Amino acid sequence: MLELTEDQKALAEMVRDFATTRIAPNALDWDERQHFPVDVLAEAGQLGMGGIYAGEEFGGSALTRSDAILVFEELAKACPTISAYISIHNMVVWMIDHFGTPEQRAQWLPAMTAMQNLGSYCLTEPGIGSDAAALTTRARRDGDEYVLSGVKQFISGAGTSALYIVMARTEDTGARGISAFLVPGDSQGLSFGPNEKKMGWKAQPTRQVIMDGVRIPAGNLLGAEGQGFSMAMQALNGGRLNIAACSLGGGQHALEQSAAYLKERQAFGGPLTRQEALVFKLAEMDMGLEAARSLLRRAAAALDAKAPDRVRLCAMAKKVATDAGFEAANSAIQLHGGYGYLSDYGLEKIVRDLRVHQILEGTNEIMSLIVGRGLVDK
Amino acid sequence: MKIAVLIKQVPDTEEGRHLTSDGRADRDASDRVIDEITERALEAALKQKDADKSVEITVVTMGPAAANEALRKALSMGADKAVHVQDDALAGSDALATARALAQALSGLQADLIVAGNESTDGRGGVVPAMIAELLNLPFLGPLGTLEVSGGIVRGSRADASGTTALRASTPAVISVAEAMGEARFPKFKGILAAKRKPVAVQGAAELGLGAADHAAGNLVLASAARPARTAGVKIIDEGQAAQELAAYLAAEKLI
Ligand SMILES: Cc1cc2nc3c(=O)[nH]c(=O)nc-3n(C[C@H](O)[C@H](O)[C@H](O)COP(=O)(O)OP(=O)(O)OC[C@H]3O[C@@H](n4cnc5c(N)ncnc54)[C@H](O)[C@@H]3O)c2cc1C
Repeated sequence: MLELTEDQKALAEMVRDFATTRIAPNALDWDERQHFPVDVLAEAGQLGMGGIYAGEEFGGSALTRSDAILVFEELAKACPTISAYISIHNMVVWMIDHFGTPEQRAQWLPAMTAMQNLGSYCLTEPGIGSDAAALTTRARRDGDEYVLSGVKQFISGAGTSALYIVMARTEDTGARGISAFLVPGDSQGLSFGPNEKKMGWKAQPTRQVIMDGVRIPAGNLLGAEGQGFSMAMQALNGGRLNIAACSLGGGQHALEQSAAYLKERQAFGGPLTRQEALVFKLAEMDMGLEAARSLLRRAAAALDAKAPDRVRLCAMAKKVATDAGFEAANSAIQLHGGYGYLSDYGLEKIVRDLRVHQILEGTNEIMSLIVGRGLVDK
Repeated sequence: MKIAVLIKQVPDTEEGRHLTSDGRADRDASDRVIDEITERALEAALKQKDADKSVEITVVTMGPAAANEALRKALSMGADKAVHVQDDALAGSDALATARALAQALSGLQADLIVAGNESTDGRGGVVPAMIAELLNLPFLGPLGTLEVSGGIVRGSRADASGTTALRASTPAVISVAEAMGEARFPKFKGILAAKRKPVAVQGAAELGLGAADHAAGNLVLASAARPARTAGVKIIDEGQAAQELAAYLAAEKLI
């Protein structure tokens, strides 16, 4: 399980080449200009990154979760923000591919697997984050249509996406009263808040999604009424693996840059690699990332195999890897001294980008809640 | 149309070059990569296939067992099948012996067009494509920066210091491509997974009808020396005469 196959090595090599030539040279500029590179996303779509684990029928690549984490780690070495957005898009594509009717799949997937059209996942609301089952956005059936009203908060890709999967309440029965809807980006009554000013993830937009009596055909219900919360949570299992992989990629890049820097930087009559305390710090970063990577591979294999403990393992991997990635990136700044604090060195960007991975797709406290409740609720 | 593309695996020279004690490229000292110029040659062929799905592309390499990796990469980019000329007897072949072996492998393919890179990153002789054309008695065009094939005619342009030359020949023909031909595409995920199901024919020297005389190297490396380290350049300080001195220097170096 821990050895990569020849195919996996070849997949990762291609993504590394793509990320090194098409993403890495622009990452700092996109961050500074808050530019969302939809053209480069479309190129990634051409190569198969728009539907990594969607079926081949409508343009997906039919890879496994174990393959996908390699893809996201390589992308994140070039830019965690772009990698993470591609993960969110894939989460949306997977929901349509996995839960959609043949008509829904045929309508939406071809342009989305090619990343000509982008997708957003809309669960969080201004008053509801971790306690997502308490969401209040309403969907009311009216003849052949549903009418949606409510506000979604922190929505990645909002304003640019062609499709929004919106989790909304169809009944007042807690998690079981939530349904998922396919809301086209050009729907009447759909509008977006301003692009949020934020610490990191600047190369992708984050906005409110505001629905004021948005009418969509009843055929845009995804799955059955009442299944929305369960589908949203299932999608998040994979999302957590990918976000974990994004953090490993950012952390790994920071580690490699630090090792190279310590070899070059001269102080006290020699390179900084002569300072054992600093080499130990590198070793600690490496150990943290490698331990997280092992757990992540195990969690991905569990999701591929639909193993009974997959939710627990995905939650563990998400917390362990996002913490390890952030720690490594933060240590990299310290190892670079003052230069680490300068934007041109790229490390402060990695720290800013990875910080949010500890917050979204379920905060790391919620990961502990999932793991901890499993221990005591038996 | 059938196109054959010559692919070469080379040591990655980004981190420097390494030679063995007998003056050959040390293939174990660096990562092995597909030579970028041969990827560009393949790209030129793939563009023909993009325009006409019936184009069939065979990639051909001569090299040790590990050169299979380069063929897989080429297959993942979209080539249809591969021929791997592999034989310990061929190790250390010089340009002529290489051209003989490749010409033999190519002669069985009935290709309308044979595409190669203009020179490889490791050896940089830049003569193998023309030698192959000579051995197969085919016209040779290269190094080309553009390529157009239609109605049994291959056309392209060759840029050099004196200008641009438009070349054309009837097919079958051998061409070599220059950097200007354009960057190669990335393989798609689907292409990577499909590559392992595509056929790779491995051929030894005997199968190709090559005798010892054909693959004996015609030259022998007696010694090799590393390029001397760079020395400081000439500094001209302007005290009113810098322009003349600079012009004199450039003229002496035959740069103007
Ligand atoms: C840049 C960005 C992009 C995002 N993109 C999306 C998106 O595309 N789609 C989407 O739906 N959402 C998105 N989110 C929202 C994100 O998922 C939420 O911010 C996250 O789930 C936390 O919710 P909250 O912010 O409301 O915090 P709260 O839930 O209010 O939590 C506040 C704090 O309390 C802790 N806490 C809460 N409950 C418990 C508990 N029971 N036990 C212990 N601790 C607890 C939390 O861990 C946190 O530390 C995004 C957020 C950001 C910042």
